[in-house]
Amino acid sequence: MPMSTESQVQANAPAKAPTNAPANAPANTLINTPGNEEKDGKAFRPLIVSFCCNWCSYAGADLAGSSRLTYPADVKIIRVPCSCRINPLFILRAFQRGADGVIVNGCHPGDCHYSTGNFYTRRRMALLFSMLDFLGIEKERTRVEWVSAAEGARFASVMREFVEQIRRLGENKKLGDIRCKE
Amino acid sequence: MQRIIGKMREKAKELLEAGTVDAVLGWKKGDFAYDPTPAFFYSTDELDMLAYDGFCGSNLSKYLVEYGKEKGKVLVFLKPCDTYSLNQLVSEHRVDRENVYVVGVGCDGMLDVQKLRDKGIAGIEEIEEAGEDLRIHTLYGLKTCPRDEALLKKCQSCKGKEHKLFDDRIGAEESRDIANEDRFAEVAELEKMSPEERFAFWRAALSSCIRCNACREACPVCSCHTCIFDNARSGVDAKANASEFEENLFHIIRAFHVAGRCSDCGECSRVCPQAIPLHLLNRKMIKDIQSFYGAFQAGDSADQCSPLLSYSPDDIEPDAFDRWKGVM
Repeated sequence: MPMSTESQVQANAPAKAPTNAPANAPANTLINTPGNEEKDGKAFRPLIVSFCCNWCSYAGADLAGSSRLTYPADVKIIRVPCSCRINPLFILRAFQRGADGVIVNGCHPGDCHYSTGNFYTRRRMALLFSMLDFLGIEKERTRVEWVSAAEGARFASVMREFVEQIRRLGENKKLGDIRCKE
Repeated sequence: MQRIIGKMREKAKELLEAGTVDAVLGWKKGDFAYDPTPAFFYSTDELDMLAYDGFCGSNLSKYLVEYGKEKGKVLVFLKPCDTYSLNQLVSEHRVDRENVYVVGVGCDGMLDVQKLRDKGIAGIEEIEEAGEDLRIHTLYGLKTCPRDEALLKKCQSCKGKEHKLFDDRIGAEESRDIANEDRFAEVAELEKMSPEERFAFWRAALSSCIRCNACREACPVCSCHTCIFDNARSGVDAKANASEFEENLFHIIRAFHVAGRCSDCGECSRVCPQAIPLHLLNRKMIKDIQSFYGAFQAGDSADQCSPLLSYSPDDIEPDAFDRWKGVM
């Protein structure tokens, strides 16, 4: 399974603190606060794998980039033809290779380019996430979001929010593979 | 159900002689009183070895997939719960219904020899099934044990006495009633734990996995021509204790691959040499499917659609799964 970061959106620029971010933002704030970590250089930076469907979410990510919206560079985007292309193995494999969170992005239900693909995604992911929760993996590490091609701002805000959520959760220790650690 | 073996042999003999079937799939007497094994019988002379007793827990449906590749029709003896598996295989076109002559046999609930051993019953020579009790002739004299105390785990939550498909039945009306435990009770128990406790539970259970693949081999719906776990390039094929991740991965993916197809026959747990409660993973899937998408029993009929092959525009969102917990 391709796990390279080559498919990363060009616009996925290194994170910069939004100029309007309060200097002493509380820890649970949903905005990106990279300034705090760059001081000591040790703060945890999560690795997020974001699967984006070619027709809606990837275009949404593109729009986020061309609109010069920032979101953390910790997000690695993998483009898939449709969200229903995502085999549960992909998600587990991402965790194996060191991802701390996996987010699946697809067209809004009813808007799928292939009419019904994301309806199947929805069922599969509900069962997979429930199963991971049953095995004791934090359910906050996985998420499904519906992002349309017009929702560049939403894509950026969802990514910021998800990265912050994973940052608070910390490193993925339960599903990682020690052989994949550096 | 030792009492119907005579009728079973007669039926098998009759159909073999008439040429209706080319082979008979049943259980063959083992070396001991408690280890009959699945076997094909090709001639009437062999039928003396046909056995049917409390230790015929194995589900014979799976063997029909391999047999289907040969030519000919086969007679198969199926217990009520085994017919769900066959229905599922027929619906997936893995078994040609035309090539199978199903004889539904009654079932009193199958036994677990380990449970007898745990009671200190050793040196078993012969076991008589006398209604609610077992009369066990051992090297150390006659012992008795209530049948319900020696049932296989999977038989403690029986799916019922009705054969879902059959061409003929033997002793079906005589099946014994089994006190039916709630099959989701253990799953609900685990769901109540904290994620850390659940993780510890599964780590303890799955870390004993030796990747013998017995669960996969015995599973009636695990019948892919090439299993993804047999792919040498996957890096995860048949490696015992390679890493925690692989143990988790194998069992998560296996549970997911049988989701919506698993008829909860319990073979995975029965054959596991490490006694891993694998049925809990499958039951969790079944419970979720039922609570999210409505009542569904795989193998109920050969022409129903799996919930994972269909959808509804107003399904729950994946993030909302835990809000549905306990809703049944």
